[in-house]
Amino acid sequence: MQTLLGDGPRPVADIRSDYLGAMRRKRIYGGILLALFVALMVGGFDLADSRNAGGFWSGLHRIFDFPGEVLGEAAEKIALLPAHLVTYLPALIETINIAAAATLTGALFAILLSLLATRGLAKWPRLIPVFRRVMDIMRAVPEIVIALVLIFVLGGGPVPAMIAIAFHTAGALGKLFSEVNENADIKPVDGLASVGATWSQRMWLGVIPQVSPNYVSYALLRFEINIRASAILGFVGAGGIGYELKNAMSWGQGKYDEAAAIFILLFLSIVLVDQLSSVVRHKLTEGRAA
Amino acid sequence: MLIVENLTKRFGQSTAVDAANFTVEKPALIGIIGRSGAGKSTLLRIMNRMTDTTEGRILFEGRDVLSLTGAEKRGWQSDCAMIFQQFNLVPRMDVVSNVLHGTLSKRSTLATMFNLYPTEDVHKAIDILDRLGIAENAAKRAEALSGGQQQRVAIARALMQDPKIILADEPIASLDPMNAQVVMDALRRIHEEDGRMVVANLHTLDTARRYCDRIIGMRAGRIVFDGTPEQLTAGVARDIYGADASFNEGATSTAIDQPIAVPA
Repeated sequence: MQTLLGDGPRPVADIRSDYLGAMRRKRIYGGILLALFVALMVGGFDLADSRNAGGFWSGLHRIFDFPGEVLGEAAEKIALLPAHLVTYLPALIETINIAAAATLTGALFAILLSLLATRGLAKWPRLIPVFRRVMDIMRAVPEIVIALVLIFVLGGGPVPAMIAIAFHTAGALGKLFSEVNENADIKPVDGLASVGATWSQRMWLGVIPQVSPNYVSYALLRFEINIRASAILGFVGAGGIGYELKNAMSWGQGKYDEAAAIFILLFLSIVLVDQLSSVVRHKLTEGRAA
Repeated sequence: MLIVENLTKRFGQSTAVDAANFTVEKPALIGIIGRSGAGKSTLLRIMNRMTDTTEGRILFEGRDVLSLTGAEKRGWQSDCAMIFQQFNLVPRMDVVSNVLHGTLSKRSTLATMFNLYPTEDVHKAIDILDRLGIAENAAKRAEALSGGQQQRVAIARALMQDPKIILADEPIASLDPMNAQVVMDALRRIHEEDGRMVVANLHTLDTARRYCDRIIGMRAGRIVFDGTPEQLTAGVARDIYGADASFNEGATSTAIDQPIAVPA
């Protein structure tokens, strides 16, 4: 190109010194940024530590005291563990039930919201910011706050917890789904529009089959998170395994063996969901290829 | 120099490379031809150790390169550069950085993260780019270059490795005829001036005839032809591609001028 434009190619020495100069500049910027980052981390840590009630360094060696106590007590009463696992299984099932119902409801709302909030797919493009802000609000309010309000209004039990988690899930999944939708291929949607399909038909046939494997994997990840959330809501009176855990974990009751059993149950359920997720995803992608 | 013995690669039920045998005594420009799925790419990937073999050995200067592991395997990979059909550069990094990636097997990860390359390596990279006629683009992002220029950056990366062998997997299949010629000329020059062995998968017969010293034909994983360009007659080509008498290589030739029968 250069020769076509009339000026001869630049000598290699120039190119070398230009490039090395640029490289040196980049290195200096990088070095300054790194120094700044380290300074901020150290400075921030000192500030946070000075505000700590106890003191980070003096308490650091005690971090493993509580897990040690729990494990110690559980090890002493290891013979009781299988019985505890059976005892708390119904509570776990209640917790998982809350999480599953919440994930399912939340995901359905999330699909609708995400389609309405994706550029290129939205039914009312001008309302995209509105739906985005709605999802922001749903994510911003902590589920424990919603649960506390609903428990106050509706009384304790699984239903308020389910609604609270579903509300948060719709916002969180809606954002992720909408990012998935953005990457969907628009060609099938155009094809369906050309035969006179309605908006919902276009979405159902043109978009959902493309994005469903990603939807499923995000939804199952959310299911995992929701199992934990639903366990936490048990602490404030939503029932399930969280309530049992709160009782077992209180200090000085000698119930740490039961707490250990509950932790094992929670761990196993997360493993189960993880395995389920990979199986379902595999089937969906395989099915699509065939 | 290079001995390939009974090399076989099976993917489940299908056999991609079926008992391939050939020997190369001295550096040459070797073309591998055959229809899609004949096992050309798999053969190159096995040689570079990107794919493991099912059976067989590859001896290079008396050493079985397929049994190497860890640092020794990476050392072999730096001796045996690879050029790809889609260039396989890092698109968002500048051209010189992409060329400097040729030295990665000798660099630590930390030095790489902070972009710490020795000045003499940077000089060498720019000299290689100059040799290939693209030094002007040194500071540009790789993605900003045309296909032919990107492939030359990939060749520069390969040269930066100072390899004994350059493997080229369909190096010109994504390029227009003019850029294809520039890239093939560059590969030919590297072989003639530096004395490096070049093994290239090619999908056009006229390119293979014009540039190669030796042509290997593959069909369904087997080596069915191994000879000089002169021996590659239209009848032999039909056998390699499994085509009938209606096959006419001129119909889809990408050469700008008329194909020539004897290599230049």
